[in-house]
Formats: sequence, C-alpha cells, structure tokens
Amino acid sequence: MAIAFSINGKSTSVDVAPETPLLWVIRDTLGLTGTKFGCGMAQCGACTVHVDGEAVRSCSFPVSAAADKKVTTIEGLSADGSHPLQQAWVEAQAPQCGYCQSGQIMQAAALLAKTPTPSEAEIEGAMAGNLCRCGTYNRIKAAIQLAAQKGA
Amino acid sequence: MTTSYSRRTFLKTSAAAGAGLTLAFHLTGCGRKGEQAAAMGEPFAPNAFVRIGTDGSVTVIAKHLEMGQGSYTGLATILAEELDADWSKVRVEGAPADASKYNNLQWGPQQGTGGSSAMANSFDQLRQAGATARALLIAAAAQQWKVEAATLSTEPGAVVDPASGKRASYGSLVELAATLPVPAEVPLKDPARFRLIGGKVARVDAPAKVTGKAQFTQDVQLPGMLVAVVARPPRFGATVKSFDATKAKAVAGVKDVVQIPTGVAVLAETTWAATQGRAALTVEWDTSKAMTEGTPELLARYREAAGKPGAVAKETGDVTAGLRKGTVVEAEFTFPYLAHAAMEPMNCVVQLSADKCEIWNGEQMQTGDQMAVAAATGLKPEQVVLNMLYAGGSFGRRANPHSDYVLEAVSIAKAINGRAPVKMVWTREDDTRAGYFRPMYVHRIKGSVAGGQAVAWHHRIVGQSIMKGTGWEPFMVKDGIDQTSVEGVANTPYAIPAFRAESTIMDVPVPVLWWRSVGHTHTAFAMEAFIDELATAAKRDPVEFRRELLANAPRHLAVLNLAAEKAGWGSPLPAGRARGIAVHESFSSVVAEVAEVSLEGGKPKVHKVTCAVDCGIAINPDVIAMQMESGIAYGLSAALYGEITLKEGAVVQGNFDTYRCLRMADMPAVEVHIVPSTSAPTGVGEPGLPPVAPAVANALFQLTGKRIRTLPMA
Ligand code: FES
Ligand code: FES
Repeated sequence: MAIAFSINGKSTSVDVAPETPLLWVIRDTLGLTGTKFGCGMAQCGACTVHVDGEAVRSCSFPVSAAADKKVTTIEGLSADGSHPLQQAWVEAQAPQCGYCQSGQIMQAAALLAKTPTPSEAEIEGAMAGNLCRCGTYNRIKAAIQLAAQKGA
Repeated sequence: MTTSYSRRTFLKTSAAAGAGLTLAFHLTGCGRKGEQAAAMGEPFAPNAFVRIGTDGSVTVIAKHLEMGQGSYTGLATILAEELDADWSKVRVEGAPADASKYNNLQWGPQQGTGGSSAMANSFDQLRQAGATARALLIAAAAQQWKVEAATLSTEPGAVVDPASGKRASYGSLVELAATLPVPAEVPLKDPARFRLIGGKVARVDAPAKVTGKAQFTQDVQLPGMLVAVVARPPRFGATVKSFDATKAKAVAGVKDVVQIPTGVAVLAETTWAATQGRAALTVEWDTSKAMTEGTPELLARYREAAGKPGAVAKETGDVTAGLRKGTVVEAEFTFPYLAHAAMEPMNCVVQLSADKCEIWNGEQMQTGDQMAVAAATGLKPEQVVLNMLYAGGSFGRRANPHSDYVLEAVSIAKAINGRAPVKMVWTREDDTRAGYFRPMYVHRIKGSVAGGQAVAWHHRIVGQSIMKGTGWEPFMVKDGIDQTSVEGVANTPYAIPAFRAESTIMDVPVPVLWWRSVGHTHTAFAMEAFIDELATAAKRDPVEFRRELLANAPRHLAVLNLAAEKAGWGSPLPAGRARGIAVHESFSSVVAEVAEVSLEGGKPKVHKVTCAVDCGIAINPDVIAMQMESGIAYGLSAALYGEITLKEGAVVQGNFDTYRCLRMADMPAVEVHIVPSTSAPTGVGEPGLPPVAPAVANALFQLTGKRIRTLPMA
C-alpha cells in the first residue's frame, strides 16, 4: 500500500508496510542518512525529525502516521547549513562524534519554533530525551541560547 | 610520489563516475573541489600526510580515527602550522590501512588509534611533514625567481620574497615543487611563532556534523547491499544448536538466513526487514557450556580472592610494620561491568570477492583488523582494504584486539559467498549485551596514618585481564600482572613510605575490553577516594594532605593547586553544597578536578566541575576543553548510573531505559584551565575522565559523612 507524504518540501510516496517506522523509510527507502538510529525505542532522540512541525522520534513513529503530512529531516532544515541553529552549533563548537547532533538540532528547532527565548529549564526539559554520549550538553545549551538571542 | 596507488585510482574512478556512489562514502570535509583539482593536475604529495592541489587546497591525511575526540582537527593543525597553510583551504581525509606509513609510533608497527596517543605520537611526525612540504615550495619559488631559498619566507598559503615583494601561492608552485628532491632535514618553527597551535581553530568536522552530511558506517549504501542482524546467544558461552528460519524468511524483504560462528544472521533488503526477520526466527541454543554465574556469584568469588595475596605489582617499604602503626583504615571498592554504549551501535560493511575484502568501518585498529580479516578470509593482508569512516563515538569499543564485530560482519559475507555487500548492524540491545565490557573489579585497601601523615598502604586489585589472550599480552601482561589492571596504582605519585600493590586475575567468560581511560576508570577512584579517607583519618584538609605527598610530583602539584584555587577551595558554599577533589595522571597527562555537589531528593547532583589539566603543549585549547567536558560527562554517567549486571550468564540491561546514561539536566557546568607548558603534547581524549567520580564521591562524603565505595552511586 502506497503511503504519500512530503519530505523536505517534496512529495513522495512509498510502498512499505504501514507499521514500518518512519526512520527506516527515511534512511533505507528514501536514502536520507542524516537522521540516525540510536535505540529504536524513543530513548535517545538520535532519530528526531519534524512531522508537521512537531519533533517526533521517527524510530517509534509508524510511517502510516505520516501520511499526507510534512516530514522534515536535518537535510531539509536548510539547504546549506545556514539555519541559525546550525550556525550557532558551529559557533559553539558543539559536535564531537556528531552522531546525535542531527536529532539534537531538530529537537532544538522544534523548541525554538514554539518558545523563541527558552529559559535554561525549558531547554533542559525540551532536550531531556536527546542523549549525547560525547557529553556535548553544555555546548548544545549554549548554541540554543545563542540562536535564541539572534532570534532564530 | 608517495600518495598511495589506490588513492590515485580512486580519484580517477570517481572523476570518471562523476557524482557516482563512490563519492558518497567520501568523508565530508574533503569535498569534491579537491578531487576535481587533483584530477586536473597532479597533486603535490611530498609525503604520506599531505597533498597540495594546483588550486592551493591542502589535504591532510589523518592516520587516526575521528570518533569525536577532535583528532582530524588536531592532526591538520600540526601539519598546517609548519606548512604555513591557509587554514581555510585545509581539508582532512582518513588514511587507508598501511602500517608502513601510518603506524601509531607509540604502538610500534601497528596502525591504530587509542591510549590518547593521536597528538603525542604525531606531533613531531606531522611537524616534519608540514615543514618538508613548505621547504619544497620555498625551493620551487627560489628556482623560479632565481634567488637563494634562504632569503624567502612564507605567509599563509604563499611563498614571499621580502626583498622583491614577489608572492606566489602554494597552488602555483606545486607542479615545480613536485619535481624537486625531498630534503632529508628541515628546520622546525620556533614554538613562540605558532599561530594555529594554541590558537582558536574551529573543528574541521563541525559543518558536516550539523547538516547530517558526515558519513558514518551506518550510512553506507552500496548497490545490492543487504542489511544483516544477528541472533546471538542469550548467555555467554552458549552456541547455536539448531534454528528454524521458515517464519523469518516469510518476512517481506528477508533474503537469507545463515549460521555464523557467533549466531544466526538474517539478511534483508532493509534494516527494518532484517530486525523483523530476526524477531520471527526460532533458535534453539546449546547452553551446556554456557556461563552460569551472575553478578552476586561473581562478586562473592572476587571478594574471596581479595582476601588472599595476589601477584605483587609494586612494593616499597615495610607495609606489614606500617599497618601496625597509628590509625588503620580499611575499605573495599566494587566496580561493575560497563558497556561503552557509543551513540552509533557497532556496525560494519563488508564487500567480499575472490581477491579482495573491502570494509567500511569507524576503523580504529587497522593493522589488527587487517590481519584478522586476512586470516579469516584466506586473503593477503594487502587484499583487505579498510575505509575509515567517522565513528559515532567509540570510547575504545571499535578498537578490539579480537576484531569481534568486524569478523562477525566478514563471517556473514563469507556465509553468502560474497554474493552481496553486507551491512551488519547491531541494535542498541545487541550493543549493550554483546559485551567487551569494562571489566568488573574489586579493590581492597588497608592504610594507616600517624601524626597527620600517611604511613602505609596495602592495595589489592581483583578482576579480569583485558590483555590476556590478545596479541598485546606479551607486552602488557608480566609476571601474572596485566599492566592495565594496576596502572594508576602501581605507579602512584604519592610518596607513601610503605606501599604494596597486588593483583589477582580472575577467569570469567565475559568478554572484556578497554573502556575510555582503561584501568584508570577504577584505579583513580580507589586511589583518590582512599587518599581522601586517609586525610580524614589524619584530620587533615584533603588538598593539603595530597600536597605533602606530591612534593616530588610537580605536574600533579600544579594541577592540584590550580584546580583548588580556581574552584575556591576552602571558601564558603551555600548550605547543602560541598566540594571534593581528585587528581590523577593517565596517558601522560595530569588532571585535577573539583566537584561541587548537593543532594536532590537524596540523589547526588553535581553542579560544577572545575578542571585543571597539564597535557603539554596545548595544540587546540578549545578541543582540550571539549575533551575534558566529554571525559567528565562520560565518567559521571558511569559513576552515577552505569552498570551492566549478569543473571545466570546473561546481561540484564538492554536499551537506554535500563542502561541509564547522563542527560542534559545532569550535566554540571565545567570550567577548564590548561597549565601552560612547553613540553611535547600528551593525551586529552581520556585523562579528563578518571578524577571526576572520586571528586564527586569525596564531595558527597563532606555532605553526608558517608563514604561511597560502590559504583554506580545513584
Ligand atoms: S533511535 Fe529513536 S529515540 Fe533513539
Ligand atoms: S556528539 Fe557524540 S553522541 Fe553527541
């Protein structure tokens, strides 16, 4: 059964089992590998993407639930890394291994879209589901604050 | 020129193929610009570490894996400094497996990354490489301008003639430079003139890592590739008795189910199909030789061993007599097994043919893996081609002397006769349960103090050996002592008059491995927690007590004093807060940390860690700060939550819900102070970790009056 949705502004249709997690459709079917697999059970946030602007854990989100919706991945956040959060991330020198960072940035983007100037507690609350084993948390926090200041 | 043949071939192939698939694996950060230039004109490659294109692009060949620790940036900085390169034109590319060129100088003939050695072993080598390239470019300009080379100078990316005001970009000189003889000896820059080393240089990998473009093993796609997941025995030591693949094969997308030495592999068109296929698979396990012990049984066995003498790793003075004097303190410390839990679970891509085995991997141990794969496939080592991709963390896990997951992937490719390229992926549960853990340890220490001074220290360490049964055993296991079990104890800088360290190696069928900072993960805790206990028994301030014992250890003393000063040691804190300190040397760097803690709902909360580090010349101060932050986070995660337990030979934990890791709200503020130094650089990837757990435990004691002797704490 074909499931149609938009991915990074382009409409697409995939013929996969409806319960297939969106993550694997994005990575294996559509070949967009910026979105990562870390746990497969909504524990780490590495797979975070936007569905109609909401941050979701794509590993635990059936593709059928994305039908007719707008899916945005890290590749669609900006064409060239120019999103204010991506720039702030570089300025704060946040990434280490980098594996968690797509998910972190997508989570942060959803936060700032709703709460343009989040408090520290709001940042910690919104980012609580995103693990970083390299421990880049302080720089991620700084990057979010930086982007918020610049009115991302 | 010394650029490898395969690299040249690759350049031509990829140029011919346009934006074909080969390019997709190319690490971002060494983009296509350089390749096009290289395809247009022969790049200038005066040695194995650098290529300069006619467009002036500088490609640094990194022999060390980038797994987050900043190696690509650091290595490029060293070379670019001596080359006097224009930093905006510098790109980094991972080296192929070739130990004749890219061996780790601290490991002899082996190529690999570990032991926080990337900068330390590359510093002179890459300075030479950069300076040689610069000398050749100057020689080329001298020939062109018909002047003496000695009268010329460089500015970033160009040779200049101060007398005539002439200027030639490096790119315009490479063709001539490539024809000149490589000088045997070149002068190096006076460190006082360093402009990149010690300065603010941004990470070369950051742009690719904020756009999702960085290529990890998980991201490799090859035409016709199958994704494999493996059903492994639930208990260590169990094997496959039989399996029924009927239901697995009925899952859409599943292509094959094969038995391999470590279990049963399900191969499918997609990752999801492979995991669904595995879920549908029925395997009967032969548990006749499986491990039966669990953590409580192991602990009992370790404790019993700790009551008996072990092999003596270090002995000074008369410990027996010393322990009869003054106040005697006794403590037993226990440390659990720990999983590395890198964000990217283990994985490996293999393409096998009759005369070649090509591997894509966050490759951390080229020579070992190359030899192991050659042995497993019957190929020659040079027929094993290793592509080093970014690793989504490793913390030691991807450098395995047993080449475990690499061999597992190869065994799957073999089982299907190389019919298709195979991407083997581990799920989080696989990664948590498969092992190669930081070993479990028990330390038992007895010490005495008299007249405010430490008198004697008797230390026993009980646990599995990491090195036994590996190629490293001949060098690392001596007289029944695995050096990695006793490092940080046997070489303590504390001038304790009578000191004895003993070690007992336990035999347990749980696979173990180094884990970020190796033996120091537990020895630093035992040493620094117990020295604190002795300070208390001696009724002394913990910093003062340490200071006296470190009178002959100037680097330790310097970081101890710096951390204490910057943290305001001794100054009043708000009610409910306390400080603790620890200092420890590992991988030739010395780090002191002061932790400021409180209790929230009875659980430890770490507010701030003030860190002082002596790592020799600071190549990139911001990367050093990152690595201290990272080591502190990783160490704190383990100290508070990290624990792998066993029940009848099976791992209890599975995903991050049971193997808890540090999250943002748990992360303390971290302040890093670097001791100025003119000594050769030493490691930073690991040394930030060991002091954090004891500093926190010591702070909690100040708060509660209770000693923490079992990890994890929370
Ligand atoms: S992979 Fe989806 S939350 Fe971890
Ligand atoms: S940067 Fe490595 S896991 Fe976050």
